[in-house]
Amino acid sequence: MTDSFYVQALDLACGAFLLTGVLVLWRRDLAAFVWLFGLQGFALGALIVVRGLHEGSAELTALGAGVGLLRGVLLPYLMRSAPAAGEEGRETHPRVSVAASLLVAAVLTMLAYAVSQPLVRLTPTPETQAVPIALTVLLVGFFVLVTRRRALSQVVGFLLMDNAITAAAFLTTSGVPLVVELGVSLDVLLAVLVLQVLTTRMRAAFGGTDLDELRELHD
Amino acid sequence: MVIVPVALPLAAACLYALFGWNRGTAWLGALSAGGLLAAAVLLARAGRGSALWGLLRVDALSAYMLIVIGVVALLAMLASPAYLRAELAAGHTGRRAARRYGIFTQCFIAAMAVAVLAASLGVLWVAVEATTILTAFLVGYRRTRKATEAAWKYVVICSVGIALALLGLVIVHYAAVHAKLSDGLDWVSLAGHAAELDPGVTRIAVVLLVLGFGAKAGLAPLHAWLPDAHSQAPAPVSALMSGVLLSVAFYAILRVKVISDGALGPGFGRILLVAVALASLAVAAALLIGQRDFKRMLAYSSIEHMGLIALGAAIGNGLALTAVLLHILGHGLGKSVLFIGSGQIQQAVGSSQIAAVRGLAARSPVLAGAFALGLLALVGLPPFSLFASELGIARAGFTSGLGWAVAVALALMLVVLAGVGGAAGRMLLGDPGAAGARTPLRSGVVPLVAGLVACAALGVTLGPLKPLLDAATLVATVPGAAR
Repeated sequence: MTDSFYVQALDLACGAFLLTGVLVLWRRDLAAFVWLFGLQGFALGALIVVRGLHEGSAELTALGAGVGLLRGVLLPYLMRSAPAAGEEGRETHPRVSVAASLLVAAVLTMLAYAVSQPLVRLTPTPETQAVPIALTVLLVGFFVLVTRRRALSQVVGFLLMDNAITAAAFLTTSGVPLVVELGVSLDVLLAVLVLQVLTTRMRAAFGGTDLDELRELHD
Repeated sequence: MVIVPVALPLAAACLYALFGWNRGTAWLGALSAGGLLAAAVLLARAGRGSALWGLLRVDALSAYMLIVIGVVALLAMLASPAYLRAELAAGHTGRRAARRYGIFTQCFIAAMAVAVLAASLGVLWVAVEATTILTAFLVGYRRTRKATEAAWKYVVICSVGIALALLGLVIVHYAAVHAKLSDGLDWVSLAGHAAELDPGVTRIAVVLLVLGFGAKAGLAPLHAWLPDAHSQAPAPVSALMSGVLLSVAFYAILRVKVISDGALGPGFGRILLVAVALASLAVAAALLIGQRDFKRMLAYSSIEHMGLIALGAAIGNGLALTAVLLHILGHGLGKSVLFIGSGQIQQAVGSSQIAAVRGLAARSPVLAGAFALGLLALVGLPPFSLFASELGIARAGFTSGLGWAVAVALALMLVVLAGVGGAAGRMLLGDPGAAGARTPLRSGVVPLVAGLVACAALGVTLGPLKPLLDAATLVATVPGAAR
C-alpha cells in the first residue's frame, strides 16, 4: 500500500466514522439509530484493517475484522431485538431539537480539536491527526446520552462513546494490549446485554421506555 | 497462591450455579470469603508473587486491599443467609433469584480481587467494569419500579464514567509507547518511568482517569447513581458495594496519583483531588440534612467518606496515606455493619423510611445498640478506628499547607454529624407505639458485633497490621517503591 493511498483510505474511514456519528443527531426513529451505529462499527473495523495492512500486521488486520463484526453486526443485532413500533420507536420529543443538536455538534467538534492539541503535537502523523475526529464522536455520543429520552437512545449514545474510544486507541498507537482489548470488547458486549434486559424490565414496570418516567428515586 | 483469592469465589459461584441456594450451600459464601481473607493474610506475609503469566501481581498495597475485600466480604456473606431467609419467608424473592444472588455475589467478589491484584491498568479497568455488570442485577434484584430505575441509572452512569477512564487509559498508553516503555500499561513500569511521559498528554489522561474511576468510587461530579443503587440493592450487597467496591475504585486513583506525581509533580494531582473531595463532601452534607430514607442516608455518608479519603490522598504525604488506608478499612467495617443492620431494620418494619422506624431501642435493643454504635463509628468518635484516621488526615493536612481544605471539610462534617444525629434520634428513641417487638435472628447479630469489635480494636491498636500498612503507604507515596 503506498503512503498516499494509505492516508486517503484512513481519512475515508475516519470520515465515514464521523459522518455516521453526527447523523445520529439528525434522525429520530430508533431503527435508524441502530443502522447508523452498525455502519459506524464497519467504518471503525475498516480503519483498523487499513492500519493493519499498512503495517503488514496480520494480528491487527484480524483484530479489525473482529471489531467490525462485533460492532457492525453483533451489537446492532442485539439492539434490534427490542420492538420499535409507533410512538415507542421514535424519539418524539428530544430535550434539544434536531437543528440545535446539529449546531451543538459543530461546537463539540471545535472543542474536540482544541482539547486534542497536545495529543496531535506529540507525534504529528496522519493517524494522530485524526484523533480529534474520535473525540468529536465521543462528545456527540455523550450529548445523545444526556439529551435523548428513550432507553435505546441512551444505549446508542454509550456505544458511540465506546466506538470513539476504540478509534482513539487505534489512531494513537496500534491498539492497547490484546488481552485488554478482548476484555474491553467482552465488557461492552455484556453491558449491552444487561441494558437490554433492564429495558425489557422497564417496559414491564413502567409501560414504556421513556426515561423521563424514571423519577421514583430522588431527594 | 496469588490465584487463590480469585479462584475461591469463582469455585463457590460454580457450586451455587450447580446446587442453588439452600440450607447446605447458604454458608458457602462465608466460607469462600474466609478463605479469601486467609489467602490475603498469607500473601501480605509473602509480600510478593505473581500469577497468570504476569497478569496478576501482589505488592503490599494490593495485599492490604485484598484484606479489606476479605473482611467486608466475610461480614456480608455471614449476614446473607439470615437476610435471604427473611426475604424468602416474606415472599420478596424466590429460589431462582436466591441462586442468582449466590452466583453474582461470588463473581462480584472475584472481580474485585482481580481489580486489586491486576498488574496493569488495563486488567484493572476490565475488572472494575466487570463489577458494574455483575452488580447490575443485584441492584435490580427486587424487580420493582424503584429497583429497575436504580439499576438503569447505575449501569448507564458507571459505564459512561468508566468509559472516560478507558479513554484515559488509551492516552496513557499512547504516552507510554511514545516514551518507549516496554509494557505500556504495567503499574511498575508506568510508576517507575513516569518522569519520561509527555506532560501535556499525561495531564489529559490523569484528569480522565480520576474523573472516570471517581465515578465508580462515588466521588462528585458523577456520584448521582450511588444513593439509588446502594439503597435499592439487598442489604449485604449494599455492604459490599459501599464498604469495599468504592475503595477498590479509589485504589485505582491512588495508583494513578503515583504516576501523576512522577510525571507532572505533586501539584496537579493535588488540586484535582482537593476539588473532587470538597465537591463530594459538599454534596453529601447538603443531601444528608433532612434525609428521609435511612439507606439513602448511609449511601450519602459513603460519598462523604470517599471525599475524606480523596482529601487524604490529595495531601499525599506518608501520614496522610497511612490514615487513608486505615480509613478505607475502618469505613468498610463500619459501613457494612450499618448496611447489614439497616437491612434487618427494613425487614422488621417493612420500609426504609426514617419516619417508619420509631422507638427502635425499645423494640429491638440489640439491633438498635449495634446500629447506634455503627453510627458513632461513622461520625468518627473514639474508640473506633475512623477517629484515628480522620485525626491523621487532619494533622497531615495542617502540616502540609492544605489546612484550609481540612477546615472546610471539618465544617462540612459537622453538618453531616447534625444530619445523621437527628435521624438516629428519630429512629432509635421515641415511643414504639403499637408495633410489636421483634428480635433479629442470632445469626444476624454475629456480623454486626464482629464488625464493631474489629473496628474498635483497630482504633486502639494496629497490631500485626502495622508493617503491612507501612509498606502499603510506601507503595502509594514513592513512585519507585512499587513492587
